[in-house]
Amino acid sequence: MEVGEVYSRRELDEAEGEQIETLKAHSQQPIPDPDEWLEEEIKRNILLTSVDAMLNWARRSSLWSVVCFPACCAFEFITTAASRFDISRFGMEIVRASPRQADLMITAGTLTWKMAPQVKRIYDQMAEPKWVIAMGACAISGGIFASSYSVVPGYNRIIPVDVYVPGCPPRPEALLYGIRMLQQKIAKISLIKEGK
Amino acid sequence: MVIKTEPFVVNIGPAHPSTHGVFRMKATLDGEVIVDMEPVFGYLHRGIEKLAEERTYTGVIPLTDRLDYLASMSNNLAYCLAVEKLGGIPVPERAEYLRVIMAELQRIASHLIAVGAFLNDCGAFMTPILYMLREREKILDLFEMASGQRLTYNYMRVGGVSQDVPEEFVPALGKFVKVMPRWIDEYDQLLKENEILLARAKGVGILPKELAINISASGPVLRASGVKWDIRKADPYSVYERFEFDIPTGSVGDCYDRYRVRIEEMRQSVCILKQALEQLPQGEVRSDVPHLIRPPVGEAYGHIEAPRGELGFYLVSDNSIAPYRFHVRAPSLINLTALREMMVGWKVADAIIIFGSIDINMAEVDR
Amino acid sequence: MTAALSGNEIATRLQKQFPGSIVESGPNSLLVKSESLLEIATFLKTTPGLDFDYLAAITAVDYYDYFEVIYQLTSLQHNHSLVVKTRCYERENPSLPSVVTLWRGADFQEREIYDLMGISFDGHPNLKRIVLWEGFEGHPLRKDYLRW
Repeated sequence: MEVGEVYSRRELDEAEGEQIETLKAHSQQPIPDPDEWLEEEIKRNILLTSVDAMLNWARRSSLWSVVCFPACCAFEFITTAASRFDISRFGMEIVRASPRQADLMITAGTLTWKMAPQVKRIYDQMAEPKWVIAMGACAISGGIFASSYSVVPGYNRIIPVDVYVPGCPPRPEALLYGIRMLQQKIAKISLIKEGK
Repeated sequence: MVIKTEPFVVNIGPAHPSTHGVFRMKATLDGEVIVDMEPVFGYLHRGIEKLAEERTYTGVIPLTDRLDYLASMSNNLAYCLAVEKLGGIPVPERAEYLRVIMAELQRIASHLIAVGAFLNDCGAFMTPILYMLREREKILDLFEMASGQRLTYNYMRVGGVSQDVPEEFVPALGKFVKVMPRWIDEYDQLLKENEILLARAKGVGILPKELAINISASGPVLRASGVKWDIRKADPYSVYERFEFDIPTGSVGDCYDRYRVRIEEMRQSVCILKQALEQLPQGEVRSDVPHLIRPPVGEAYGHIEAPRGELGFYLVSDNSIAPYRFHVRAPSLINLTALREMMVGWKVADAIIIFGSIDINMAEVDR
Repeated sequence: MTAALSGNEIATRLQKQFPGSIVESGPNSLLVKSESLLEIATFLKTTPGLDFDYLAAITAVDYYDYFEVIYQLTSLQHNHSLVVKTRCYERENPSLPSVVTLWRGADFQEREIYDLMGISFDGHPNLKRIVLWEGFEGHPLRKDYLRW
């Protein structure tokens, strides 16, 4: 078999293009934030059992992120992980490429329609429980590029987002505050509620 | 027994920890050797050229920040030079010196990341890049003093810079310039004769001189292949004629040469900073330009030597408050043209190193 | 300093070699007919004394009646530069000859102009969309591209 005949040069590109167009057609409305359970809890004033407390402590104290670094915010994430604003003190210095081992996706950068099916695929491959932090203005709403022809206006069009960290790019201290908010949110999850 | 083998296509990317951003390579592999490769990008195409047609000339400056986000000051400088060429706007002396200081500090910061990421790809997992990021934090502190931001500065304006530096800036810069050469020497001493780096990077991914000129390569990639072409010397802009510095060139054009060129360029940048600090005059920092700039009808191409190569902006004006056409000559995109030739015949692990040594920035490739 | 060659002096030399190919020449640039673009580019690259071996940038602009493509040429040996322009008057399927055989740096830039402006280049080995995806309708950088 000749090299170059394995796939014709256009076949792969056209398949990718179709995938992008179908995802775009399905993502015209934002996905609602996964927060409905919080309201009921405030009403009922749930007391967590000790099993819950321990499970939540284990989950929030070592969140492992998956690599999702399109654009400029990626570098503020990298400096957060470096020695000055150490993210390792929260147990989060593991940033591995494999989504199966991760439970947090920090979306650092603008999302374009061409990249959207790949990000959705990474998100689908992560195992439950999983959380998403939308970092930066481009991840929240499209940011400075919101009116462009190829930019998705916010990650919550294709994946549900838990914490939004504003900034362009957000300072490392802001990102650490966002991670702290996520940890407080995880601390409130109860095992009873989660059996859905 | 004869085993039947056939080459197959593997995607490297777009979400891969070592592809420096969202870059995809359709590699046809025969075992582990790459026999064919097609680069695919566009995963970060945000339509900056179209967005710029809706913004005023000063409002485009934050958009240029986000082009090559590791060298924002250089992007701002190139754009402001292009608009000043278009409109014939003069720049005061102090502003010119501040621009040169910011551009050279930015060059050091960008090369620190380039060298650190290259060594990360070579296998030195985190140590060099953590050291380089520590030095970069000192530079980011200086930038934060001047402009208030850590990554996308929006500092330069048409006709000068946006505001003067505070009083702590000059002593802090003096201290940085005194200390930095020692750190560069320390990194060089640890890495220059390192056996693993020599084995992995010497002779790998050679870009011959004629091919480098033919593909319009620029920046450290061109200089490592033996061509002594630097826009700061060949077509000086701002006040670069008043400084004395060398242009480091390589001889072979392999990954090791590109690494050495970047280390030497950092040393030359420190040298320029020393001279600029001595010659810095007092004065105003922005000439009197109207709030909404309306250049006369015409076009201009302004280019500078950015850390990644020749960054040029082509502007067409029709005497309105927004540019009619805004085009970016992105060095990273053009340096990638010969990637296929450089990679064919090497293994996958070498492919990652070759790609890392060209030092591209995806936001600039895709715009 | 890079000497920006004036269009007029080059125009007189080119008129002798390729009569009828120059449309207009000004102090900053040279406007040539699209049919004779390739031979003029070959002449500019191979003539000793001119030696334009480095193509700095290609840009395309959409003026409503025509498309204009601008080539910034530089010579590394003699340190001079020249701006060559050409125009394309069709709107539906504009096309120009490709200069990839002379300067390989034009490869990705011409693909991008095809993608965003719709001008196709004859002789390009791999002309397909580069920054947008296959299946995207339209060419965004044109002035009559409507987003909504």
